[in-house]
Amino acid sequence: MSHDVPTRTGPDQHSPGFHRRDFLKGSGAAVAATAMATAGDDARAQVAPKKISTSAPQKIKLNVNGQERELTVEPRVTLMDALRNDLNLTACKDVCDRAVCGACTVHIDGKPVLACTRLAIEFTGQKIVTAEALMTPTKTDAVIDAFVKHDGMQCGFCTPGFVMAVRGFCNSHPNATVDDCRKGLGGNICRCGTYDSVLKAAYEVAQTKKGGA
Amino acid sequence: MAERKFSWPKQSERQILGTDVPRVYDGAAKASGQAKYSNDINTQGTLFAKLLTCPHAHAKVAKLNVEKAKAVPGVKVVHVFRDVGTEMRWEGELIVAVAADRPELAEDGLRAIEITYEVLDHLVDERDLEAAKAKMLTKSLGNQNTGDVDKALAEAKAVHKGFYGVPTITHMCLEPHGSHCEWETLDKLKVQLSTQNVSGTAGQFAGPLGIEEANVTILCDYVGGGFGSKFAADEWGVACAKMAKEAGKPVRLMLDRPTEMKVAGTRPSAFADVTIGCDAEGNITAWDSHHWGTSGTNGSTVALTVTPYVFDPPNRRRTATGLVCNTGPNRAWRAPNHPQACAYTDTAMDDLAAKMGMDSLEFFKKNLGLTKLAHIYAPELDIAAKLMDWKTKWHPHGKGPGGAVKRGVGLALHTWGGKAHAANCQLKVHPDGTCEAFLGSQDIGTGTRTCIAVVIAETFGIPMSSIKVHIGSNKYPKAGPSGGSTTIGGVSGPVRRASQTALWKIYDLVAAKYNVSADGLTVKEAQVWSDGKAICTWKQAAGLIGPMALEVVGEGPKDDGLTSDQVGGVQMAEVAVDTETGIVRMVKMVAVQDIGLVVDRLTARSQVAGALIMGIASALSEERIMDNRTGRFINADLANYKLPRIGDIGEFVIEFYEPESEYQRGVIGLGEPPAIAPMAAISNAVANAIGVRVPVLPLTPQRVLEALKGAKA
Repeated sequence: MSHDVPTRTGPDQHSPGFHRRDFLKGSGAAVAATAMATAGDDARAQVAPKKISTSAPQKIKLNVNGQERELTVEPRVTLMDALRNDLNLTACKDVCDRAVCGACTVHIDGKPVLACTRLAIEFTGQKIVTAEALMTPTKTDAVIDAFVKHDGMQCGFCTPGFVMAVRGFCNSHPNATVDDCRKGLGGNICRCGTYDSVLKAAYEVAQTKKGGA
Repeated sequence: MAERKFSWPKQSERQILGTDVPRVYDGAAKASGQAKYSNDINTQGTLFAKLLTCPHAHAKVAKLNVEKAKAVPGVKVVHVFRDVGTEMRWEGELIVAVAADRPELAEDGLRAIEITYEVLDHLVDERDLEAAKAKMLTKSLGNQNTGDVDKALAEAKAVHKGFYGVPTITHMCLEPHGSHCEWETLDKLKVQLSTQNVSGTAGQFAGPLGIEEANVTILCDYVGGGFGSKFAADEWGVACAKMAKEAGKPVRLMLDRPTEMKVAGTRPSAFADVTIGCDAEGNITAWDSHHWGTSGTNGSTVALTVTPYVFDPPNRRRTATGLVCNTGPNRAWRAPNHPQACAYTDTAMDDLAAKMGMDSLEFFKKNLGLTKLAHIYAPELDIAAKLMDWKTKWHPHGKGPGGAVKRGVGLALHTWGGKAHAANCQLKVHPDGTCEAFLGSQDIGTGTRTCIAVVIAETFGIPMSSIKVHIGSNKYPKAGPSGGSTTIGGVSGPVRRASQTALWKIYDLVAAKYNVSADGLTVKEAQVWSDGKAICTWKQAAGLIGPMALEVVGEGPKDDGLTSDQVGGVQMAEVAVDTETGIVRMVKMVAVQDIGLVVDRLTARSQVAGALIMGIASALSEERIMDNRTGRFINADLANYKLPRIGDIGEFVIEFYEPESEYQRGVIGLGEPPAIAPMAAISNAVANAIGVRVPVLPLTPQRVLEALKGAKA
C-alpha cells in the first residue's frame, strides 16, 4: 500500500495546477486512515457500496447496459477508465479528461453524466448505459439512425458521447426546437465540425418523440 | 468492338453517383461507439503507458533516476527517451514512458521518477520580431521581386498599409496520437496505429526495430482525427513497440491531452506588414509584404510562394522571416500555408477596397484577372452573393444600422490542388454477384468506405448492400496517405478502373451466353440490359465467372480523365458584433465550392461544413497561448483552448459549383479548400460591421474591444 501514498517525489507533470488524480487518491488515503473497512472486505463493500473506505483495490458490481458486471478497482479509478479498461466499453471516449468535451457521456439512471470525472465506486446500484447499448442486433435507437441519415459524424471520435447527450436531451425535452437543441447540446466538442448535421439529427429525434435508452 | 475507355457516366445517366449516400458501413458503428480506435484497443494483458514530459521550453536533463519507478507495483517497463545531458527544445518533449498493468499504476510510476533539469534560456514569443532578432533567433526565408513595386506604389491612386496576424494553432485531434503494439512472434509486429498513412508507416517501425518491413502489420480501421498531423510512426510509436517487446505483452501508448497539444503538431503562425496599392479604377497594381512567424525550432513560417494569396499583381515584393522558437514543431495542417496567406491577403485587399470607398465584392471581382481561376471565381461570386443577399446586407465599413450590435458581411476566396494520390484497388466479384474491394487506405472522417462503394455500386448497378469495402491494413494493395485532399481521387480512380475492367469481362461472358453484342450492354437495378431489355440479373451474369471470384486490380493515378486537380472556392460570412462586449456571433456562412465531379453529396457537404467550423474556430476562438516568462503553453487543455460549440456556428449555406464543364473534369479532392477562406471572410465581415480592422486573429472579445478603443483614440 505504500505506493498509494502520494509522495510527490517525482515531477509535477502538467503543472501549473495540481493533478486531479493525486487529489482523488489523496482523499482516498485520508479516509482510509479513519475508516474501519479493509480492502478485502467484499461483504462490507457491498453493504455500504458508496463509502470510500480505502485506497486499495476493491471488488464492486456495476449494472452496465442491463448486465451486472463485477470488477476490481481502486477508489481513484474513474467511471470512464473502469468502463473502458475493465469492461472494454469504449464508446465512452477519453478525450479531455476534465469534464469539458462530453466525449465520455454515459447515462446514469437515465441522465447524462460525464464519466471522466466521476469515480466508478460511486455507481454501484445504479443503472449505467453506454452508447453501445443503443445498437443491438435486434434494435437500433432512433438517435443512431438520425446521426447516420444526416451524417452527424466524421472521424466519429466525439460521436458516441454526442449520441448519448442527444438521447438524454431528447428524453427530457420532447418537441425541442432547433434553438433549444443549440442551447441544450453545448456540452460536447467536435473537432471535425459535425455540429450542423448533429443539430439536424437532434431536432429530428426531438420532434418525432422517438424514445430510447 | 467499340474501344473500351475508362470514364464516368454522363451526368444524366448517373444512378447513385453524386446523390446523398449515408455512411452505410461504418456510420452506425461510429455512432454507437462499437467502432474501435487505436485508443480503444485492449487485448488480453495489455499494458498502459504514461509519459513524463519536459516542463520547460528549453532545458537539459540534469539528473534522472527511474529505478524507483521500476519498483512501483504494477509497473512492467520503463523506457527512457532522453537521458541525462540531453537538450530539450520545447515544453512537452518526451523523457520517460512507464507501462504498467493499469493506467493509474503507470502514473504512480511516473511520480516515482527522480529528475532535475538545467533550465536554459528560451524564446516563445512568435510575434515579437525585434526580440527574436536581438537573440539572433531569426532565419531569412528569402525575398522575391517582380516588376517595380516602389514605382507602382508611388503612382497608385490609393495605398493601404496594414498589419495582420494569425497565431499558432494545434491540430487537436480528439483521439490523440499513439498506438497499440503487440508482437505476434519475436520478429513479427502488429501495430494498431492512429494514422492517416496506413500503407506508408511500416518501414518507420521496421527500421528502428531492426526487423523486416514485411513483418510489420499496420492496422487502422478508424482514426479519431488527423488533419495532417498523423502521417508518421513517431518516436512514441516506436517506443511503444520496444516496450511491448521488453515486457512480452501488448502495450498501448497514447499521448495525454496536454502532450498531444504540445508535441503532436501545430500550424505555423504568420504576422505580416502589408502595403498594397491600386489605380483609380481599383485595379491592384502593387503588393509589398514582409511576414514572419514560427513553426517551432526549425524557424519557418508560411511559404513565400503563396504570398499574396491567389491574386498576383504585376508589381510584387515579398519577404519572409522565420523565428526559431522553443515551441512544439509544426506538421501539415489542413491546406498548409493557404489559410494564413489568405488571412493576410484578402483582409488587406478588403481594407484597400474600403479606402477606395468600393464595395468589397466589386473590388474582388474587378481584380479576378490577377487570379488563375477567374472563370471559376466569377460565377461563384455571383452565386454566393445571391445566397448571402450581399447587395442588401453590405454597407460601407462601420456604416450599417443598429445600436450596440453591428452586423457585417465579408468575403474571401481560395484555391487548392487536390490531385489523386497513388493507390491500387483489388476488386473481387464473387460468383453470387457480391463484391469486395481491398485498399490500404484509411477513413479519416471523410467517408472513404462509403465513397469506394458508391463507385462500385454505380459501375455495376447494384445496391450498396452487395458491396464490402476493406481498408485500414497495410496488407491490402497500397494506397497513399490521406493528406492534401488526395484521397477521394486516389481511391475513386483505381476503384472505377477495376470495376469497369471487371464489368467488361462480365459483359463478354453475357454477350456470348445470350448471343447479344457486348457493346450494347448496360447495368442498372441489379440487372444487365441490352437495347432496353433486361436479359439477365446481375447475379446470373456474375455466375458466368465460374466457381471462383473474378479478381481485378485497378491502378492509379492515371492520366485518363477520371480525376484532375485545382479548384476554386468562394466564401461569404455574416456576423453580429456586440461593440459593448466585443463578442462576435456567427450569423451565416455561404460556401460555394468547385470540386469537379461529386461522388457522395452527403459526405462532401460534411467536408465543407466541417471546414467552415474549423475556420470559425481559428477566426474567433482558438490559439496557442505561450507564457513568455515560463515558456509554457498555458492553455494546453480543452477547457482553455477554446473551440466553438454547437450553438456558435450560425447558419450554413453550402453550394457546389458543378456545371457540365466541372463535372467533365472528374473527381477532385475537397478536404482542404473550404478550410482556407473562413478566417479572412470572417475578419472582413467584422471589419464591415464595426468599421475597424481587428488585426490579429482570433477575434476574441478582448481584441475586438482593443481595436474599437484604438479607433476612438
